[in-house]
Amino acid sequence: MNAVARVKDAALAALVAAVLALPLLGFATIDTGGPLGISTRFDYVAYAALAVFVGRLVFMALVDLWRERQMDSAREAAHDPGKPDRMAQIGKLADRWLLPLMIGFAIVLPFLPFADRTVVDLATVVLIYVMLGWGLNIVVGLAGLLDLGYVAFYAVGAYSYALLQMHFGFGFWEALPLAGLFAAFFGVLLGFPVLRLRGDYLAIVTLGFGEIVRIILLNWQKVTGGPAGISGIQRPSFFGFPFSADPPAGKTAFHDLLGIEYSSIHRIIFLYYLILLLALITSLFTARIRRLPVGRAWEALREDEIACKALGINPTNTKLTAFAIGAMFGGFAGCFFATRQGFISPESFTFIESAVILAIVVLGGMGSQAGIVLAATLLTLLPEIAREFALFRMLAFGMAMVLIMVWRPQGLLAHREPTIKLKPKGAS
Amino acid sequence: MNAPLLQVEHLTMRFGGLVAVDDVSFSAAPRQITAIIGPNGAGKTTVFNCIAGFYKPSVGRLALRRDSRQYLLERMQGHHIAHHARVARTFQNIRLFAKMTVLENLIVAQHNRLMLASGYTALGLFGWPAYRRAERDAVEKARYWLDRIDLTGVADMPAASLPYGGQRRLEIARAMCTDPVLLCLDEPAAGLNPRESHELNELLIFIRDSHDCGLLLIEHDMGVVMQISDHIVVLDYGRKISDGSPQKVRNDPAVIRAYLGDEEDGAGYKSGGAS
Repeated sequence: MNAVARVKDAALAALVAAVLALPLLGFATIDTGGPLGISTRFDYVAYAALAVFVGRLVFMALVDLWRERQMDSAREAAHDPGKPDRMAQIGKLADRWLLPLMIGFAIVLPFLPFADRTVVDLATVVLIYVMLGWGLNIVVGLAGLLDLGYVAFYAVGAYSYALLQMHFGFGFWEALPLAGLFAAFFGVLLGFPVLRLRGDYLAIVTLGFGEIVRIILLNWQKVTGGPAGISGIQRPSFFGFPFSADPPAGKTAFHDLLGIEYSSIHRIIFLYYLILLLALITSLFTARIRRLPVGRAWEALREDEIACKALGINPTNTKLTAFAIGAMFGGFAGCFFATRQGFISPESFTFIESAVILAIVVLGGMGSQAGIVLAATLLTLLPEIAREFALFRMLAFGMAMVLIMVWRPQGLLAHREPTIKLKPKGAS
Repeated sequence: MNAPLLQVEHLTMRFGGLVAVDDVSFSAAPRQITAIIGPNGAGKTTVFNCIAGFYKPSVGRLALRRDSRQYLLERMQGHHIAHHARVARTFQNIRLFAKMTVLENLIVAQHNRLMLASGYTALGLFGWPAYRRAERDAVEKARYWLDRIDLTGVADMPAASLPYGGQRRLEIARAMCTDPVLLCLDEPAAGLNPRESHELNELLIFIRDSHDCGLLLIEHDMGVVMQISDHIVVLDYGRKISDGSPQKVRNDPAVIRAYLGDEEDGAGYKSGGAS
């Protein structure tokens, strides 16, 4: 682009900015004591137009520079063919090395010097999202079914535990499999009507499903307690040994069992390891099931449903198992959430939660286990660190998503490891 | 020709007011290559879609005989046709699992047997030995076909990275991994160069002769059709206009009329058509 074209381009951008800024910045309401008065501040409009003019000039110059560099690297690549995508390479290395590294770090975290109550608590939240991300990854990443209502299964798991505990006195470990089972049942319930839908249509129905579940929880006062939620959910005990300074009669407290001083952090550390264990089970399960026929059928279904049918794969059953198993892990996470919080209400299961979990999966790179950990850490820690900028949280969130979609539509660490490799003859 | 493999009787397929296939009857014999030819829009692919269960025919019976059992395809669901009646198909526009590797494509094709061996996932999760054996067998079968279609070297590459000819061959191999008794090929030679087309002929003849498999073939490339077909069915505007051996069909005036046009249709029409 030559100089004249650049200035023209920037002038056009400035004009658009001025038109937009005129109603947005150009007028302000002022308190005149009586009715509201209007003051004009056209200088603001001018500043905005000027800022856009300069910004556009710089931006376009940078874009040109970047294009030049792309061309250079393309010329280089022409000399040196077969250079694979760098980020995909990193993804490959990440899945092999980063994940074990992260797991190792997660195991020792509570004993590190800086790990106080806040850090462990935060890490627990991160792990909940990691687990939800891994669970949703089965539905979205493997089976290719866009699910915008995943939080519904999380809610089902949480309420299952809360209600079972309240009415039947179930402990955490007894309620965990049942919560998973109920969530899986809801997964199948959602799966049936959406079997024929794909892409956008599926997304809309799943979004609706998530809202239906939340609204039922909100309105079915007799059972769920409505907006007040359910409180006083039993806190977890260490396999029957409660975490408490003065345990109920006839029970040994955890600190007495180990013969150590009572500290309120014990329970927090225990909860941390509990969710770590659950998340690891999810990860192991996913890695394993990918290599089984049903996992391969999910991926095949994502690639081409018609071809699947022609090969005799039952698409109905395959989709329903994906929904059920994905939902099951959501239910497990929900069960954990209920026991950790001790209080649940429909407030915790809004659409934004679904959006965040989906963002974690998409941002991390569909199918990449390490990528999901990275994205979950990013999306839960950043808002915590930038608490002062809470106003801009959604703005930054949206910006990050747009940037990722432009820069890496396949996610941060997109890499697909084959589920089986051909060994040379006689090697097996 | 005793006991045909597939017997199509009075097959009619209507889409609203449009009659795509009109009262077509023919049969395909086991261990034979039956070609369906015809000008564009003659209804060939519609016939295929009815056989493979993607469409439910408006009228007609499609009877497939396997191991002295009869399967009425028009009453079965698409995936049951592939699973129980053992009819496999390929597509006009290739439908591979693009992001999965070549080997995975062939393993997915053996889904139903592996699913059973993995105890519907429950046993497979714990590394059940019978499942591991079944998976090894599946890999061996895949290796057999990879050697056959000359793709062993790229077995761990994504299927999308193969050149066009390789993708065509892989799709045929994938269909063969389901152990079909009838293999339906929708324009397998489309877009192939003469050498690849020749290799394809050899592959199809190999499948016919050594895998006890009947082949049903839609093809525009007359070179392929005339060389390898045992039996040809000609469709035009949804109706069958000729049926018989390649020699018979080649000299059938009705076929010549369909491809080259009538004498009265205008002299200029004669120069075009099939070659």
